[in-house]
Amino acid sequence: MLSVVVTATDTHRAIDAVWRIESARIIAGLTRIVRDVGLAEEFAQDALVAALQQWPESGVPDNPGAWLMATAKHRAIDHFRRNALLERKHQEIVRDLESKQDMAVADLHSAIDDEVGDDLLRLIFISCHPVLSTEARVALTLRLLGGLTTEEIARAFLVSEPTIAQRIVRAKRTLAEEHVPFEVPRGSELAGRLASVLEVIYLAFNEGYSATAGDDWMRPSLCDEALRLGRILAELAPKEPEVHGLVALMEIQASRSRARAGTSGEPILLLDQNRALWDRLLIRRGLEALERAEKLGGARGPYALQAAIAACHARARLPQETDWPRIVAFYEELARLTPSPIVELNRAVAVAMAFGPAAGLQITDTLVSEPSLKAYHLLSSVRGDFLFKLGRFAEAQSEFERAVSLTRNAREREFLLDRARACSEAEPKSGPR
Amino acid sequence: MRFLMLVKHGENPGPPPKEFLDAMAKLGEEAAKSGTMLQSGGLSPIAKSTCVRLSRGQVTAIDGPFTEAKEVVGGFAMFELRSKEEAIEGAKQFMELHRKYWPGWEGETEVRQVLGPEAFDPKP
Repeated sequence: MLSVVVTATDTHRAIDAVWRIESARIIAGLTRIVRDVGLAEEFAQDALVAALQQWPESGVPDNPGAWLMATAKHRAIDHFRRNALLERKHQEIVRDLESKQDMAVADLHSAIDDEVGDDLLRLIFISCHPVLSTEARVALTLRLLGGLTTEEIARAFLVSEPTIAQRIVRAKRTLAEEHVPFEVPRGSELAGRLASVLEVIYLAFNEGYSATAGDDWMRPSLCDEALRLGRILAELAPKEPEVHGLVALMEIQASRSRARAGTSGEPILLLDQNRALWDRLLIRRGLEALERAEKLGGARGPYALQAAIAACHARARLPQETDWPRIVAFYEELARLTPSPIVELNRAVAVAMAFGPAAGLQITDTLVSEPSLKAYHLLSSVRGDFLFKLGRFAEAQSEFERAVSLTRNAREREFLLDRARACSEAEPKSGPR
Repeated sequence: MRFLMLVKHGENPGPPPKEFLDAMAKLGEEAAKSGTMLQSGGLSPIAKSTCVRLSRGQVTAIDGPFTEAKEVVGGFAMFELRSKEEAIEGAKQFMELHRKYWPGWEGETEVRQVLGPEAFDPKP
């Protein structure tokens, strides 16, 4: 439906913009009333269609968001009136239903006009509900909270449009069938549910930041979207330290996006980046978010720790000023908190920087037999780097070649091929023995 | 896409009404909650500003006020948005707020895109 909007006139472009600004709030407000995300989205879409029909004639109203909300609200009321009418016909319900219905409608009006902040938060929680698969959560969140079209989500994740459409339809159905309540979880449930929300946001961010497949190494619009969701969440749940930790992590990582790809899209490693291209505004925001997390007593949360590591890099004006021993300490803490081969691999990199490549290589030796890293190109890539620095060029080359065979990203493949080539050039020419 | 919004108005618009300040506070809160506003700020009066100018090979610093300035930049905000239309829509709502809560105020919001790599990106 929205694809019509973007190709049409100025008014249509304005409507598209208004929709993207307002849709999440409208859907959130409606969901509280109709208790069904799918139905709420339908009414919101109805309002959008009405705008597309009327605004080109009447002009964009002074308060377009309120107009859309009021229209969607009327659709909801009509819907319930119609349903009530059917019910009465079928079951010959008593006469006073109409007055009851009017009361219900009045409640509906006042209820929708309440503060929408809490509704948005509820919408985030329901979109990221653990009853849904991770993939479904991400798609539904981008759709309902980000206002992205099915086509845009499909493009972001390099899957077909029908696949995403189906994922979203099924997710909405599951939420309805499981009677998932539209609420902000409390007490002991909150931590787990919040973790699920943060996971969804960071997953979307990462898919944008280091695209796992395809020709582009980054898809910045997906990063922006995830970052925006994180910032919204930070305002809606300001007392949750890990939310600020995640925002800090994303802000600081995003600050480097201009520096981390070369002119032809090839990746540039952190230490080789032109730090003048780092976005100081985002770095400042990231450091502030990290401070908020720390003040709330969350300095040792997994996202805050990763943000603290990113902050060490952000604070170093030059690569050689990087406080590697401090980074190692953060990784050790992270490894204790959330032990995983990936964290271990990152720790190895930091250890190599702080104490030399041999120490790093030693850590990766224990990871080679790790089943979950068997097909992980970065393990080979990191080992290749250590071996190269140790002057063991032939071994380095075979690691880089292995990494080439494992990556699915075209840009990364080229980069790794270059590094493999550099090994064979560095290898002292020795004739056949 | 990043946008810089520059709010311009006559030299001395006078003190804003309380209703306006309240509405501004609410808008600021909403802007923060929409996750789009990266930074914002008000600027000191032009009378207290200094203009450093290069002209005919001469660099000179001139203190305000500048009599020739009809409209001055009073404030700014930096936004991260998905399209220019979103920026225009935001600016419209901002001006709408002035119309509603600050009778007699006249001025403008200049919407300027901060050029990032995407501005030079040949792909759509």
